[in-house]
Amino acid sequence: MPDVEAIARQFIAALPHSHALGMRLEAIDAGTATISMPYDPRLIGDPATGVIHGGAVSALMDTACGAAVMSHPQAGFSTATLDLRIDYMRPATPGQTIRTKAECHHVTRSVAFVRAVATDDDDSRPVAMATGAFTVERKG
Amino acid sequence: MKPPEPVHVIKQRREALLRSLVDGVPYIGFLGVQFDRRGDELTAVLPFKDSLIGNPRLPALHGGATAAFLEIAAMIELAWSTLWDGVEADGALPDGPLRLPKTIDFTIDYLRAGLPRDAYARARVNRSGRRYASVHVEAWQDNRARLFAQATGHFLMPPVEPKP
Repeated sequence: MPDVEAIARQFIAALPHSHALGMRLEAIDAGTATISMPYDPRLIGDPATGVIHGGAVSALMDTACGAAVMSHPQAGFSTATLDLRIDYMRPATPGQTIRTKAECHHVTRSVAFVRAVATDDDDSRPVAMATGAFTVERKG
Repeated sequence: MKPPEPVHVIKQRREALLRSLVDGVPYIGFLGVQFDRRGDELTAVLPFKDSLIGNPRLPALHGGATAAFLEIAAMIELAWSTLWDGVEADGALPDGPLRLPKTIDFTIDYLRAGLPRDAYARARVNRSGRRYASVHVEAWQDNRARLFAQATGHFLMPPVEPKP
């Protein structure tokens, strides 16, 4: 499906900061999105262990949640974060890609409520979880 | 009575402590976050660059870049304020590698769009215990009174090494 691949690349390329962090859109469907961020030594937060900085994980969470909102049939193709809470459960294993799946669990005319889970290669133990509220653009 | 320390010695020691916290972290360099120091007061500075943009149509800073900036400002302020008293009393930096606090959770409140220009942040440690700390951080651009984001985070403190 080259079209989907092209759309996925364009989506990230249109977000300079997400592009700078090396993010890739892996899947997008009505109200859900999965975005991955490969391991990159430039994103290390703890030089002693090589663990990625929480701030980079936050950026991945925010991007995935925003993508989930934009893909929701009731939302327009633009959104802004109102608030985002991130819980850091455990350090991501150095060398592994971090993958975030975000999902709108409720969308009103003005606000989308979104949840996201980030994992590394061991997807049974979350690295981080996020809960956020995002703006919904009025359509038409 | 001991004569007061020469000012350049004091400044060198405080700068060295700040550098030891900031310079070793690749991601702080990747984002380009810098710190202004006046005595013990730190201001984090995020100089604008195109790669911080999230929505190019507005254009506005990426919410993730803002989140990371606030988290760095909070974490460095916490480590800095924890080490300050010991370093001032001993007149020397602590031995061994410095361990930064670990983020437990971080909640960001986006108040208005981040504009494509420099951003500033100051953090305040509201509670700092042996194991846990709570830190609040505020960020602004042109006007100190018009915040564009604020955040609160809880942190796990690094274990204290017993002095020999």
